[in-house]
Amino acid sequence: MVEEENIRVVRCGGSELNFRRAVFSADSKYIFCVSGDFVKVYSTVTEECVHILHGHRNLVTGIQLNPNNHLQLYSCSLDGTIKLWDYIDGILIKTFIVGCKLHALFTLAQAEDSVFVIVNKEKPVKLPKSSSQEVEAKELSFVLDYINQSPKCIAFGNEGVYVAAVREFYLSVYFFKKKTTSRFTLSSSRNKKHAKNNFTCVACHPTEDCIASGHMDGKIRLWRNFYDDKKYTYTCLHWHHDMVMDLAFSVTGTSLLSGGRESVLVEWRDATEKNKEFLPRLGATIEHISVSPAGDLFCTSHSDNKIIIIHRNLEASAVIQGLVKDRSIFTGLMIDPRTKALVLNGKPGHLQFYSLQSDKQLYNLDIIQQEYINDYGLIQIELTKAAFGCFGNWLATVEQRQEKETELELQMKLWMYNKKTQGFILNTKINMPHEDCITALCFCNAEKSEQPTLVTASKDGYFKVWILTDDSDIYKKAVGWTCDFVGSYHKYQATNCCFSEDGSLLAVSFEEIVTIWDSVTWELKCTFCQRAGKIRHLCFGRLTCSKYLLGATENGILCCWNLLSCALEWNAKLNVRVMEPDPNSENIAAISQSSVGSDLFVFKPSEPRPLYIQKGISREKVQWGVFVPRDVPESFTSEAYQWLNRSQFYFLTKSQSLLTFSTKSPEEKLTPTSKQLLAEESLPTTPFYFILGKHRQQQDEKLNETLENELVQLPLTENIPAISELLHTPAHVLPSAAFLCSMFVNSLLLSKETKSAKEIPEDVDMEEEKESEDSDEENDFTEKVQDTSNTGLGEDIIHQLSKSEEKELRKFRKIDYSWIAAL
Amino acid sequence: MGEFKVHRVRFFNYVPSGIRCVAYNNQSNRLAVSRTDGTVEIYNLSANYFQEKFFPGHESRATEALCWAEGQRLFSAGLNGEIMEYDLQALNIKYAMDAFGGPIWSMAASPSGSQLLVGCEDGSVKLFQITPDKIQFERNFDRQKSRILSLSWHPSGTHIAAGSIDYISVFDVKSGSAVHKMIVDRQYMGVSKRKCIVWGVAFLSDGTIISVDSAGKVQFWDSATGTLVKSHLIANADVQSIAVADQEDSFVVGTAEGTVFHFQLVPVTSNSSEKQWVRTKPFQHHTHDVRTVAHSPTALISGGTDTHLVFRPLMEKVEVKNYDAALRKITFPHRCLISCSKKRQLLLFQFAHHLELWRLGSTVATGKFLVSGKNGDTLPLSKNADHLLHLKTKGPENIICSCISPCGSWIAYSTVSRFFLYRLNYEHDNISLKRVSKMPAFLRSALQILFSEDSTKLFVASNQGALHIVQLSGGSFKHLHAFQPQSGTVEAMCLLAVSPDGNWLAASGTSAGVHVYNVKQLKLHCTVPAYNFPVTAMAIAPNTNNLVIAHSDQQVFEYSIPDKQYTDWSRTVQKQGFHHLWLQRDTPITHISFHPKRPMHILLHDAYMFCIIDKSLPLPNDKTLLYNPFPPTNESDVIRRRTAHAFKISKIYKPLLFMDLLDERTLVAVERPLDDIIAQLPPPIKKKKFGT
Repeated sequence: MVEEENIRVVRCGGSELNFRRAVFSADSKYIFCVSGDFVKVYSTVTEECVHILHGHRNLVTGIQLNPNNHLQLYSCSLDGTIKLWDYIDGILIKTFIVGCKLHALFTLAQAEDSVFVIVNKEKPVKLPKSSSQEVEAKELSFVLDYINQSPKCIAFGNEGVYVAAVREFYLSVYFFKKKTTSRFTLSSSRNKKHAKNNFTCVACHPTEDCIASGHMDGKIRLWRNFYDDKKYTYTCLHWHHDMVMDLAFSVTGTSLLSGGRESVLVEWRDATEKNKEFLPRLGATIEHISVSPAGDLFCTSHSDNKIIIIHRNLEASAVIQGLVKDRSIFTGLMIDPRTKALVLNGKPGHLQFYSLQSDKQLYNLDIIQQEYINDYGLIQIELTKAAFGCFGNWLATVEQRQEKETELELQMKLWMYNKKTQGFILNTKINMPHEDCITALCFCNAEKSEQPTLVTASKDGYFKVWILTDDSDIYKKAVGWTCDFVGSYHKYQATNCCFSEDGSLLAVSFEEIVTIWDSVTWELKCTFCQRAGKIRHLCFGRLTCSKYLLGATENGILCCWNLLSCALEWNAKLNVRVMEPDPNSENIAAISQSSVGSDLFVFKPSEPRPLYIQKGISREKVQWGVFVPRDVPESFTSEAYQWLNRSQFYFLTKSQSLLTFSTKSPEEKLTPTSKQLLAEESLPTTPFYFILGKHRQQQDEKLNETLENELVQLPLTENIPAISELLHTPAHVLPSAAFLCSMFVNSLLLSKETKSAKEIPEDVDMEEEKESEDSDEENDFTEKVQDTSNTGLGEDIIHQLSKSEEKELRKFRKIDYSWIAAL
Repeated sequence: MGEFKVHRVRFFNYVPSGIRCVAYNNQSNRLAVSRTDGTVEIYNLSANYFQEKFFPGHESRATEALCWAEGQRLFSAGLNGEIMEYDLQALNIKYAMDAFGGPIWSMAASPSGSQLLVGCEDGSVKLFQITPDKIQFERNFDRQKSRILSLSWHPSGTHIAAGSIDYISVFDVKSGSAVHKMIVDRQYMGVSKRKCIVWGVAFLSDGTIISVDSAGKVQFWDSATGTLVKSHLIANADVQSIAVADQEDSFVVGTAEGTVFHFQLVPVTSNSSEKQWVRTKPFQHHTHDVRTVAHSPTALISGGTDTHLVFRPLMEKVEVKNYDAALRKITFPHRCLISCSKKRQLLLFQFAHHLELWRLGSTVATGKFLVSGKNGDTLPLSKNADHLLHLKTKGPENIICSCISPCGSWIAYSTVSRFFLYRLNYEHDNISLKRVSKMPAFLRSALQILFSEDSTKLFVASNQGALHIVQLSGGSFKHLHAFQPQSGTVEAMCLLAVSPDGNWLAASGTSAGVHVYNVKQLKLHCTVPAYNFPVTAMAIAPNTNNLVIAHSDQQVFEYSIPDKQYTDWSRTVQKQGFHHLWLQRDTPITHISFHPKRPMHILLHDAYMFCIIDKSLPLPNDKTLLYNPFPPTNESDVIRRRTAHAFKISKIYKPLLFMDLLDERTLVAVERPLDDIIAQLPPPIKKKKFGT
């Protein structure tokens, strides 16, 4: 197993896919989008993530295809570097260090050796041509100032003759040839009629001198003749009623695409007002629009972290959906016991099921089932609570809408999992289950319980027990939920509820007091009161610690009661924000909040000493956390990491970044898919492949045998490593033909020692591995290949060394032994 | 400023008639406008857009086309099938000639100006030769099967384009035969309409024909091949008019939705010579159909059913950003349609085909309200205004001018062919009207009528350039004298002013200076030095006999008739100059009057303000506030005196058509709110408005 390194907090997907415009590859097969510190490569057909390009140490802020080689991709990041990638293989080719925060990146085919970036002032960066991998790019020249940081506000037009930038009420156009800037001003907000005249985005016509600008009030202006400060003119197109979020011209320039909060993609044909087409109901605000260089696809990025790929005829063809992070999370983080997906609030009125493994949304469950009207200041129905019960067979949701203090609309829905449709179906709808907001919701998840039971706690001072019963169906087939018991304690507000692991006890907290109820007779067994503030979190211990009950109060006290002795076992001063029990162990994770940041404590209820403490896991407030059971248990031996063996802890901060703890280095987190893609054969590894592949191999062997018998052994070209290497390495990373030639010829020569020929592949493999580590040794690599092919049997011993030994040796070689001399 | 009781009159039910055609003359920078009632007006764009001439309408002469030819000659054609030429000097119709092709829908003068082309109902296109004093039929072109609604000459004069129903024809002028026939798509937003009417065509020098049609399309055709090049769908309703700039780099179209679209020829890229037509800016200055548009070098001009004439300057063509760069909307005529009898508190309203006489209401609440009431209070009416008389004209001709005598017992009006004089008798509440018959032949048509202050004399400016003085006594009249125009000029006089003592008569023509006649001695007294801009209003002050003249460039002069020179005050004003805001007003002063007790005051008004000039106070300079409605009362007298200046302006009443002093403390103001006019127009095309 891996060496145990330090536990680090890592981002685990769910980052914004809609942060910047997505970029299509030249053949429209792939689409690239920034995602946190990574660049993701998706297939436009299958919607699958093909590669994740990682290497940046901060947010990636811009991506562009290399205009001179469309198999390469430039990316820039806030860490001050521009990286050049080979996106087909997912290889980093070059890094250019600029040194200041880069906000956006533009490339131009006309400016071969430079790219344009937005720093705090926009500058084109000269990219020196150099073969080395890390280059410092120092040559900056200044183009335009007073511009917006968003790349939507900059556009390069008509083969790079000019660049247009907008900000507030200004449109600036810089002409590269003349080196002059024209600035056009719209009447500002002082005039009431033009109150919302601000520019929001800009796009340039690909062949004509025409600039399209989007505005706050929903207008699109098409500027022409802008090389003349006086004779400039513009046309207005007006359909959007709200701000135009993004604009894009089609490749030929015959149509203009626009989008905004209406969630409708508008195609303006011939830039005329009367000739427009719509693609409505896209689900959420359109943030970005991009067009494929081939012209066959469009794509829109939406505020709900979604990318829709749209055909030229305005038909949506694929949806890439990330974790929806549009709104505040009320339900907290849950794990669907069936799919092991993370469940939380998604689109308005929906629960989203998000796969942590594939960083992909599985599906959306429409809970509220009402048309969402997107308008500012409208009070919406909110999905506030949700809980899974009975191993994922039941889902309970609570939605509420409070217009005024006294007018509360409350609804509880119970959903049953239908095996046939593989989805949740509404079973029971309960209007006003309580008189006031529901504060907690929990199912009895005991294995032996024969009757599904649900408990709701509410501010109205009651907790209610709901059970599944026969409904009044004559066939006794329909089932529904009814209220079985209503409990209260001195009219205190019920704040939390929790079942013990075996389901025999129910703990309900009423403000400062914790009450324990027998779940069979619904008798009050005992009460605990610590007078330390309202109970914020409540949970039972598990497995060996099931006799303990934990409660965290608002005054920053964490209490542990022994249920057998009915006494306080221990307490600790800890301002607990999140407390989550691990379902697979006794461990409980608590995240405390301090002024500096959040700290994590992992402990067992049986002992007050924490197992593990990590300080400063996040600067922000942590809102929710959850333990996710691992599919394959890890085997950390160190005591501190044992808690991560069976489950993984995920948490969500206030800015809605989903984080987790990991010991692996980021390189190892690479998903295996990217390696699959590098597989020699282009055949997909389907079950059929394994069957057929084996069969074919056998055939080949047979053939070989026969051939061996008949002829001089002629090595199949496929088997010669040099040739296969030659054929499979992307052209742009290959050394010059002079090197390749001799290698190629040598490889075709029949060597007498067949043995040594067989040895070579291993060696090459090893070298290749090294090369991927640090490819600045590229050149001597090929030389070595030559060497090895020339050398005879004498070096066999070295070649037989295992890879790890070889690595060790290399390490030794690199270590500086000069200190010995000094002795 | 003084306090006045104001009769705020809103019962003048005047609705200007809709604009049908406009024609811009580049040479003289004048605009001819024809209205649906047949009136033709000439605006001088150089003289601050002043309406300097007008030709009264005629019921049967609805103009459909208007054009300038051979420099300054103005022709019109209409549905009565006649082509008319207007005499711009004598302000009458020179001749009318039947084209014998049924109603005429379109007319175009050749680029050289020597030929005139008309398109008729029967599908014929007729070519006329313009001779120095007439037009002469030359020949017919190939007859088309339906009416010719629009015509356009190729700038070289070799070809013409004619828009008809469903198609456009191209004719060769030499042979007169149709070269091409281009069928226009009937489709309208995917729905096939019954017919597609080509409302306008324009032939460009590169051979492109631009057509506008009832399906809302602007289309570009190649006349060499007869093919459609490009189509712009710009409206859901008809596109009714088109006008191209002389440079052929921009054109303007007007739609039935009231929108005017500007198209410009814009280079595709900065470094290529290829150019394309691009629709640039829409202008929504009209509520109703834009029936006609014109393109002057610096402005887009449009007019339509909503009676507004709109000048939209092209910012890129305006050299200096002065007041010429502002939008102008002309709705009301630049002459007085109202006269007032001070003695009997009567108002005479002039309409196109009738006159209305109203007696003003009165209030008994005098003492108490005037003492305790605040400025701006409404006084209760004790007696409503009375509609005394509704006098319909005979015949189809419009009224040119009208007047009621100060004593209220005479009413005179004139049409193009007849002059009418009525005597009114008041017996308590009853009125009897008696027409004075047997008017002399020379009084056939008058351009301006004026009674003397004591109502004993009638002054008539006839369109032959002569001024007649008629003595009125009892029920009869006697022709006293006629001032004949100076030899050689035939220019008509269109403004008259008489001194309150009846000794002096001032008369002004459209361009020449103001002549002052001595009525007692019946001879020309003097001529006020000529000024570049036409006179919009003038009046002679009591006692001093100073003639106050307002010009269309907003200058005001005071000329002493006895001294035959400008007064000192006028010289000071000219030396110091008027306030820049005063000069930037865009409606002319239409009426001037004087306060009988305050000789230093001059009362004048235009459509948007009423002003009292107090000659005793210092003139404002450009730094002082010109419009100062309520001088701060809480400030000390020193400050008030310092901020006070000669111009006291009130903008309470607008649009103001008439304002006069009835007596020392009473004013009458006649307003015509624009909303009331719009309410009387036919409903506009309904457009869906977002959010309603």
